[in-house]
Amino acid sequence: MTPAQAHAGASGDHKRYFFDKFGITERLLERCLGEALSAGGDYADLYFESVASTSIGIDELLVKSASQGVSAGCGIRVVSGERTGYAYTDDLSADRLLRAARTAALIASGPAKQPVQGFTETKSPNLYPAPAVELDTDLAKKLELVMRADKAARAFDSRITQVRASYSDEIRRILVAASDGTFASDTQPLARLNVFILAKENERTARGTSGGGGRVEIDFFELDKSPEHFAREAARQAVLQLGAVAAPAGEMEVVLGPGWPGVLLHEAVGHGLEADFNRRKTSAFSGLIGQQVASSKVTVVDNGTMAGRRGSLNVDDEGSATQETVLIENGILKTYLSDKLSSRLMKMGHTGNGRRESYQQIPMPRMTNTYMLSGDDAPEDILRSVKRGLYAVNFGGGSVDIVSGKFVFSASEAYLIEDGKITAPVKDATLIGNGPEALKYVSMVGHDLALDEGIGTCGKDGQSVPVGVGMPTIKLDRMTVGGTGR
Amino acid sequence: MSTTVEAIDLKTLAADIVAKALKAGANDAEVTIREGDEFSTTVRMGEVETLKESGSRGVGIRVLVAGSNGFRVASTSSSDFTPDGIEHLVNGAVALARVTSEDPFAGLADASEFGQLEGDLKLFHEDVYSLPTEERIAHARRAEAAALAADTRITNSDGGNFDAATGHKVFANSRGFVGEYRSSSCSISVSPIALGKSGEMQRDYWFTYARSLAKLETPESVGETAARRTLRRLDARRVKTQQVPIIFAPEIARSLIGSMFDAASGDSIYRGASFFTGKLGEKVADESVTVIDDGTMVGGFGTSPFDGEGLPSRKTTIIERGVLTNYLLNTYTGRKLNMKSTGNASRGLSGNPGTGSHNLYLVSGSLTPEEILKSIPAGLYVTELIGQGVNMVTGDYSRGASGLWIENGELTFPVQEITVAGNLKDMFQNISAIGSDLIFRGSVASPTLRIDGMTIAGE
Repeated sequence: MTPAQAHAGASGDHKRYFFDKFGITERLLERCLGEALSAGGDYADLYFESVASTSIGIDELLVKSASQGVSAGCGIRVVSGERTGYAYTDDLSADRLLRAARTAALIASGPAKQPVQGFTETKSPNLYPAPAVELDTDLAKKLELVMRADKAARAFDSRITQVRASYSDEIRRILVAASDGTFASDTQPLARLNVFILAKENERTARGTSGGGGRVEIDFFELDKSPEHFAREAARQAVLQLGAVAAPAGEMEVVLGPGWPGVLLHEAVGHGLEADFNRRKTSAFSGLIGQQVASSKVTVVDNGTMAGRRGSLNVDDEGSATQETVLIENGILKTYLSDKLSSRLMKMGHTGNGRRESYQQIPMPRMTNTYMLSGDDAPEDILRSVKRGLYAVNFGGGSVDIVSGKFVFSASEAYLIEDGKITAPVKDATLIGNGPEALKYVSMVGHDLALDEGIGTCGKDGQSVPVGVGMPTIKLDRMTVGGTGR
Repeated sequence: MSTTVEAIDLKTLAADIVAKALKAGANDAEVTIREGDEFSTTVRMGEVETLKESGSRGVGIRVLVAGSNGFRVASTSSSDFTPDGIEHLVNGAVALARVTSEDPFAGLADASEFGQLEGDLKLFHEDVYSLPTEERIAHARRAEAAALAADTRITNSDGGNFDAATGHKVFANSRGFVGEYRSSSCSISVSPIALGKSGEMQRDYWFTYARSLAKLETPESVGETAARRTLRRLDARRVKTQQVPIIFAPEIARSLIGSMFDAASGDSIYRGASFFTGKLGEKVADESVTVIDDGTMVGGFGTSPFDGEGLPSRKTTIIERGVLTNYLLNTYTGRKLNMKSTGNASRGLSGNPGTGSHNLYLVSGSLTPEEILKSIPAGLYVTELIGQGVNMVTGDYSRGASGLWIENGELTFPVQEITVAGNLKDMFQNISAIGSDLIFRGSVASPTLRIDGMTIAGE
């Protein structure tokens, strides 16, 4: 955390980090796994995690806050049939690790089992940089980024009254060792720039937000997406909202723009296709593999292997390789997103989607980057085809009831479409639909697939993980828009 | 189970860290130490699915370095309690303060403002950990079994849970405040799943939550209520887009009380980021509405002896008979508005203090929920809301909803896949009936509320 704090691990040598800094040895890993299986159990794993984070923000032209944090710990899991025992410790001494292993072992009751002898390291790509330097060596650069964002936002329009810009990043180091011989380690950077803006005109106030990043180093914000880009985007939205009219209410044609509106997929189908819900048969998608769940124009994938993306991982949090998984192909449901437990119990392929928020949490199937592939339609033609409807291009977020399949997502930038033309911007409105049905109404798919700019955080059972979404421009013939107008 | 160092040690440690920070160049400092233990188990379809038991702790420091035009502020946090770890924590924070700005409004409260509530606030009960593991599992199992046994249409379950947790919080600052408190909680919850005629599944849930094991409702009553709530959702329909009176069930209405708090929160007020900005002393809700934040209720879920800055918790009336009477403030937002803190500072391990509620509630009215229903020829009784859909800057409100349709004063068929929308400014003014059924099932509570003039979007 401090400039003085030295880390022995150089870029790429993730394993040595825990070995050198905390005195972990392969022998200790084996002892802990042995202890974890001392009361039986089918499987055990250890998840070591060390996170260093920084955050700096500008607010009302002042740098009112800067913070840094470090945390480290280990979570130990024992699986016995469908049962999971879990314990964690933030003290990585051998004593405490063995004690946690014994606590987790209580889930099983039977003769001791032996872990597989020797570890096999998971082959993993290099999807993102593994920073060799400490986060705070770039503090001046980070400050410069938020100041540039602040300046660009204020210069955008005289109606802008408040600007807050913040930069936050973390380096997460993990090491996974399991009784099936799995051994994996990774260094995962994650950075994000955020801008929040208020604009005021007469008695009306409106907000605009923007942000982005990914598993990138700070030069991403120089070379790829500048602070000015995010600042102008937030400012544009705030000013636009000053003139927004009431959103319409009821069922209508809806066109979703490319990129972040892909949150539709995350809520409408993504969560419902996570294997844990389907193993328990508690998802509206349970038993629908091989069946039509979307129009034939729809192909949806989850892909954890995209370079630098927020949802990408070299290895998942169970030490498995990530992959590209086709979830829906030409409207037909192909598979679920699985972790080790689900794939074993359901006897299905393992997709490398076992993730967790931290060492304090049990892993479960989660999405990575989830998107719809491009179709053939020109975005202009899609808009032109709508007589009366809504064109939504930015969203606040969404939510889903897995069991019933009902999902919502809330538009923060949307426009009326009248006779094929975009007319007035509308106020925030929630869109609602039924997951297994909604995508059957996709009648046009644009050729303009885009991924979001790196802002997604997904929550499930109280655990948050970074994710990505993406989509081309699409048209849904029917969707319910929750406004107050006609 | 506990891995805690003795309480006296943590208070001493916090004070020591404050002293180290002053020595390292800070003019003021605040230290927070938190430790917690948790136990949770899930039983699904009668079988134990997960069993989790652990504890962790963390320490955070916030330093203030004086300049000619205010303090520079920075903070660090860590899970490393070794002497080296603490030294990095302190030096890191002081070094970080070099890059932040002098802020004339930053700074600790005046020494005269610090203090804490005396006496036993009954926040901690050792009994939450008194049950052996098998008994805890049995609580979760009994709750689920009661739900599964309630009706043959309940065919599946997201499980029954028993959770217990204890926390210990220590706070010290360089103006002489040192305080600590322990808290406990435990809960039983269950989420049954029912199968409808068309093959559609529905789930709902119910829970009991208390600071003491002895105060929990029985697992059976939790299971039975969860089953009843789930069954009433079966075979739900959509309804047409229309404007009708809407009744918010207490467990849903509480989110609206949370929005009232957020709207009155000092941070949003001084920025002009709330639709309550500039409305102090004005009528912001129907005159039947009184909303109170009370940090002093003995045993309350939102009670604490002191707030995130070491000021004593207190009782603040936010809205009195429809008039906005107070903003909710910490020291910083108070200074920005030229007012005094209301003792509503919240705090994580790092970062500047935020604003948080204590026990927040809307004062009961005189009508039973049945009497409120009776007054409505056609309307919606909302039992669940999903999605974020609330814009605190403009008050625009649009959320996914499900519930029961009201016809001639009676609950009839279940409704789903619709939205309810309006603007909070109007919604608060249009509260036309308040129930007598205020019960705290968490730190925020509301009785049943009727609101007129909202739009349902559906078919």
